[in-house]
Amino acid sequence: MSNPITITIDGKEVQVEDGSLLINAIREAGVDVPSLCYYEHIDPPLGTCRVCTVEVNGRHQASCTTLARNGMNVVVHDDPTLHDTRKAMVEMLFAEGNHFCPACEKSGDCDLQGMGYELGVQMSRFPHLFIDRIIDYNPKRMVIEHNRCIRCRRCVDEVLTDDGKRVFSFAHRGNDTEVAIDYEQEAKLNEEQAMRAMHICPTGAILVRGKSLARPFGDRKYDIKGVHSGENVPMEKPLAPMGSNGEKKVIATVSLAGCFGCHMSMLDLDMGILDLVDLVEFNKSPLTDIKHFTKKVDVGLIEGGCCNSENVEVLREFRRKCDILVAVGECSIWGGLPAMRNMVPLRECLEEAYLHSFTSENEAAIIPSHEDIPKILDKVYACSEVVDIDYFIPGCPPSANHIWKMVKNILFGAEYSVVYPEFKYD
Amino acid sequence: MQPISLARPQLLNAIWAMHDVKGFLDDNDIGQLSTLFGVSAVEIEGVVSFYHFFHRQPSGKHTIYLNNSIVSEFSGFEEVKRAFEKETGATLGKVDATGTFGFYETSCIGLSDQEPAALVDFCPVVELTPQKVKTLIAKLKSGAPAITVCDEPKNNIRYTPGERAFILKDYQPGTALQKLGELAPTDVIQQVKDAGLMGMGGAFFPTGIKWEGCRKNASNRKFVVCNADEGEPGTFKDRVLLNTMPGLVIEGMALGAYAVGASEGIIYLRAEYRWLKEKIEQTLEDFREKNWLGDHIPAKQPFSFDIRVQLGAGAYVCGEETALLNSLEGKRGEPRTRRYFPVERGYLSKPTLVNNVETFATAARILESGPVQMRELGTKDSPGTKLISISGDCARPGIYEIEWGMHLSELLTLCEANDPYYVQVSGPSGTTVSMKERNRRLCKEDLVCGGSFMVFNKSRDLLQILLNFNNFFKHESCGICTPCRAGNFILNRKLEKLELGLCSLRDLVEIEDWGVTIKQNSRCGLGQLSPNSIIDAIHKFPEYFDSRVDKSGSRLSRGFDMERAVREYEEAVEA
Repeated sequence: MSNPITITIDGKEVQVEDGSLLINAIREAGVDVPSLCYYEHIDPPLGTCRVCTVEVNGRHQASCTTLARNGMNVVVHDDPTLHDTRKAMVEMLFAEGNHFCPACEKSGDCDLQGMGYELGVQMSRFPHLFIDRIIDYNPKRMVIEHNRCIRCRRCVDEVLTDDGKRVFSFAHRGNDTEVAIDYEQEAKLNEEQAMRAMHICPTGAILVRGKSLARPFGDRKYDIKGVHSGENVPMEKPLAPMGSNGEKKVIATVSLAGCFGCHMSMLDLDMGILDLVDLVEFNKSPLTDIKHFTKKVDVGLIEGGCCNSENVEVLREFRRKCDILVAVGECSIWGGLPAMRNMVPLRECLEEAYLHSFTSENEAAIIPSHEDIPKILDKVYACSEVVDIDYFIPGCPPSANHIWKMVKNILFGAEYSVVYPEFKYD
Repeated sequence: MQPISLARPQLLNAIWAMHDVKGFLDDNDIGQLSTLFGVSAVEIEGVVSFYHFFHRQPSGKHTIYLNNSIVSEFSGFEEVKRAFEKETGATLGKVDATGTFGFYETSCIGLSDQEPAALVDFCPVVELTPQKVKTLIAKLKSGAPAITVCDEPKNNIRYTPGERAFILKDYQPGTALQKLGELAPTDVIQQVKDAGLMGMGGAFFPTGIKWEGCRKNASNRKFVVCNADEGEPGTFKDRVLLNTMPGLVIEGMALGAYAVGASEGIIYLRAEYRWLKEKIEQTLEDFREKNWLGDHIPAKQPFSFDIRVQLGAGAYVCGEETALLNSLEGKRGEPRTRRYFPVERGYLSKPTLVNNVETFATAARILESGPVQMRELGTKDSPGTKLISISGDCARPGIYEIEWGMHLSELLTLCEANDPYYVQVSGPSGTTVSMKERNRRLCKEDLVCGGSFMVFNKSRDLLQILLNFNNFFKHESCGICTPCRAGNFILNRKLEKLELGLCSLRDLVEIEDWGVTIKQNSRCGLGQLSPNSIIDAIHKFPEYFDSRVDKSGSRLSRGFDMERAVREYEEAVEA
């Protein structure tokens, strides 16, 4: 250190280089601070995502754009609201884009997803915006998936042609801001340069044709363990386990606008399910084929979001009958794959499906409607938009272990932790 | 042969020059600019699409921008809009079939005291009524150029404190500059410091310290920039200053340049004030003729300084000084990270002094009248006077030069606000004030005001106002940081839900929490201030919000409206 100064990080004094980037100074002092848009080669740093926010002398600042100065008082972890702030930034990015992890080539290697795991994001507190964005197939080597772009600006600053011209630029502004690509310049990139663009993209927004599925799912960067936080996902857990009154606890389950995948996952407990039935009994559930509630239920597990009027009625009945409601899986939490239609007006969806499809016969084609069939909602709603939901288990589907660990915790207060392979959005 | 690249700061001017020819840029133009400036086409697109006065599609032989600020909304925006649509045949946001008229809405154009107002080919038309619109469009259709049929906006200077007026008083050009004959640059800074001048754009940073900081940064080239990008809705004081005393502002810039050691000055003039450009340039010319600008400005120390006007192109965020600097450099007007102050590295990475129009004007007055006189006015922490732009529900909207320290109630009486319910001080990013606070004082010690003062009476719907503000920020965010770009959009959805009566108490808590998240974590002042009015309003008008939310605490409904949710389906199957 040529010019050491003293700063305080979470109450501890440390020596760092004067004028060094605070984010590096913090990390060199052995303290973890999450970051997303920050990319070491880009100077000055972008400071766009705000995920590396810390408190400096009482004010929130992105640590990637702050220079360390003598006497700075930095709080990274001592104030839990800062963790929540960083989480909020990641949740905003999820809510703002259209991030369908189960259908994404980058899943497992995606930095946004990785940050979600790292910060224990079980759901976005913000409503998803579902803005219709395009997928651009025009470039020569690349496909630009605007649904997934988080506007970090890495590609804008870093991807240049050999003669120094930019391939990407921000275009428009405000909530319409997007990353535009220059087809002419893109065509000048060689494969190595194009691959680099894909790799510096933190999400699956920049793909190189034929190159995106190089590593198998489940085996990717964020699938096995956290970069900073070790084996366990630092997630918020249910706070108040129910008291025991000596009776068997009662569970109900349902699949709304889902694919029953979450129910299949519940069955993945295999032999463990035999232990479970000693502890709990199932009431209304596809697993028991009990169609109607016959008693008060302790925990209701909801798979799927609400895509039609019946889903809403069933969900409300669950809310009335169950003490605790758990949203199980992505569809239930925010709409999931069925919500892919949320970017398209309902009428267009219906006409495409029933009137203009290959199989619809011109004369006879109608959009089905009858008093006995539920009405389709204007969009797929997250369960939490319709009723209060107590807990959320992410995944598509969530792992059986995660589901039952959480349920046992709610019912019996059993301590548990969730390891990375059990905490997924895909 | 490789074309010689034009210097990047010329880009905005080059775009304007092409844009003026046909009202939009086609792909050819983009390609040409890309060649001229030696950058990729997408980079040009990035700049063009950032500024809302630049079009990529034809925008009509005549282009009309109707102001959509809240004061306009309350003064008849809707009926004037319908009149424009009827008379021109163009629906809002589009061009009519013949390509004659393009009709768009735009954020505040600095004419809040004469709303509804619009720009026709960048010429102002004010106090619009359907009848006036009809006449106006008829004249344009008969071939009259906009400049011949537009209005000359009134200055509406309604009040000055008589003998104690400090800014709006008789102006003898050159008086302040003459003082340079006896003053060294450091003396000028000392006077500004002694007077206690603060940045009048709304940040209230001590001007003397800024000038001193710029002076201390050694460099062979320094700049003085006048921020005339007065974009905060409801503010129009700088417009009146530039219209009545452009010379005073220019003198202030020259003093600043002398003080910090700069020889180049730029006035960044918002495109909404393009109609003032000629007047300012004429004044600059007069100054040059008198040797008040140029290479031979009489001063105690050798001093040369000149000024050019740079036209903006429609972006509120460019009022943020680092965004303004990027815009001057021909880039997207995105604020820079706070790594360096502009006085360290500003325009072209050189030390740059950026001050607001009113700040420069006041600096000139300090040299004319002396710092002691300014200290005798106002309060201890905010000496002197302030120009306030008053609009909304009052009989006498316009410019008020008040001494700092005036009570809110006194100002409301002066402007004849008969039934005030709520005042928005300093614009949408400022402070929401209820009438319980009418005894508060406008000064640094209590309630600061950057210039905008919008009065609303009881008949106005608070939520309509807040939605207008939020839409403004959602649109004007530069889009570079998450909390401001995504956060304001998310808040927008929540406010719409509130408008539909679908919110519970929990939603109100969330609105506030999310607002705080946006405030604390945004990169620049725009985001940091954007949720102010919403948060303030929830605190100060609890009875209003109480009446709008579901307080049952029901776990069954989180603001889901079944009837609304199935409406689209029912319409589709009926069709």
